[in-house]
Amino acid sequence: MDTVFGVSYKGGVVIATDQVNARSILMYQQNLDKIAELSSHSAMGVSGPNCDLVNFSEYISKNLALYELSNDGMKLSTHAQANFCRGELAKALRKGPFQVNVILGGYDENVPNGGSLYIMDYLGSCHKVNYGAQGYASNFTLSIMDRDWEEGMNEEQAVKIVEHCIRELNMRFLLNQSNFIIKVVDKDGVRTVKADSDPSDN
Amino acid sequence: MARRYDSSTTTFSPEGRLHQVEYAIEAINNAGTSVGILAKDGVVMASEKKVTSGLLAPARTSEKTYKLCPHATCTVAGLTADANILIDQARLRAGRYAYQYQEPIPIENLVEHVCNYKQAYTQYGGLRPFGVAFLFAGYDIHHGFQLYQSDPSGNYSGWKATVIGANNQAGKSLLKTEYGSSSSSGDEMKTDEDPAKEEIEMPTTAEALRLAVKVLNKTMDGAAASPEKLELFAMTLDEDGNCVHKILNAKEVEAVIAEVESETATAGDT
Repeated sequence: MDTVFGVSYKGGVVIATDQVNARSILMYQQNLDKIAELSSHSAMGVSGPNCDLVNFSEYISKNLALYELSNDGMKLSTHAQANFCRGELAKALRKGPFQVNVILGGYDENVPNGGSLYIMDYLGSCHKVNYGAQGYASNFTLSIMDRDWEEGMNEEQAVKIVEHCIRELNMRFLLNQSNFIIKVVDKDGVRTVKADSDPSDN
Repeated sequence: MARRYDSSTTTFSPEGRLHQVEYAIEAINNAGTSVGILAKDGVVMASEKKVTSGLLAPARTSEKTYKLCPHATCTVAGLTADANILIDQARLRAGRYAYQYQEPIPIENLVEHVCNYKQAYTQYGGLRPFGVAFLFAGYDIHHGFQLYQSDPSGNYSGWKATVIGANNQAGKSLLKTEYGSSSSSGDEMKTDEDPAKEEIEMPTTAEALRLAVKVLNKTMDGAAASPEKLELFAMTLDEDGNCVHKILNAKEVEAVIAEVESETATAGDT
């Protein structure tokens, strides 16, 4: 039931998720951060049961950190990170699948528009996209992004699209997801643009 | 004294040495020489072919130069049979990395993997080390063109120019004086520049090939250089940024040998 979606623009990507952590009829928390910061210039929005969400994002981010340590600080490009991530999903599929669907976005200097966004599901599919959404949210947000997204947008315009999508979800999606967290990845790294509810507030 | 401690790879001698590893390194000093030189726009590797016979079937594979992946090639000095195992390892590693990350493997990563594999044979299993030294030439976007050397111990280092195999010390000393000084000005009077500030100017691929042949001339002990005895390899980038691996054909090798001959013949003329 998680809402995970992302938009790329000229100079970076924006990823947004809801902050609900619930199971069956019980709401555990309303301030969960579902966007894992993978490396200095990449982040991954993850949907799925909390156990797999946390396990998978930590597994990927720690392996990426290990790569940098083992290779003298050399960073993996977003493309390489996404393919590594997809490979792990594919490996696990016929053993014990990670029941997660992700949107991975990052910034690379040598990529034409800087930002690149990848959409992956638990079966191990992976596509590079200009924008994307996982789960029920896609029914509501994809048509908005289809309409509003343009080549060469700046960060402000991309965030506006994200906010447009959130307004639509708040109005039309059955589930009440009142809190969203929005993160941007650009040349300066990963930063939180908006968190309706502070994830560190215990 | 070494006798008691030199039969097993997994035993240190009292002086703290691994004799089997040292003996393996010695084995390579009898092998055909291979020289590698880093150029501005590529890497060249020149090798002496030890096995020359008119009766040999025309080679489909080289005994010295092996392509590892689209952007890396190596030359071998030592036991060819041992080398084949390691080359397979390198090719597998490069392929698996490309599968996992959908990107070409960084060259140092590839070299380190082969070396870690070699190192295991100096520490576990009671098996002898590989009697092979490699020169790895490769290109990646992180560090451009690179040249690495590795030996049976599993140690490796990056070089601007180096030699492995027979007479490598003679080859290295020649490189020390000649690499970096542009070939045409080798005989000119040095100006009053502070020698410590002398910049090493990297050669072009063409200059590097000539220098490599010069080195082999020295290490091959006056034996006449010819296309049957030499294998010349050059790696460059084409206009699309893809690696080109070129093993020079007989005519091209002849041409380089001829250029070197005329250079040395006119050296010292004013």
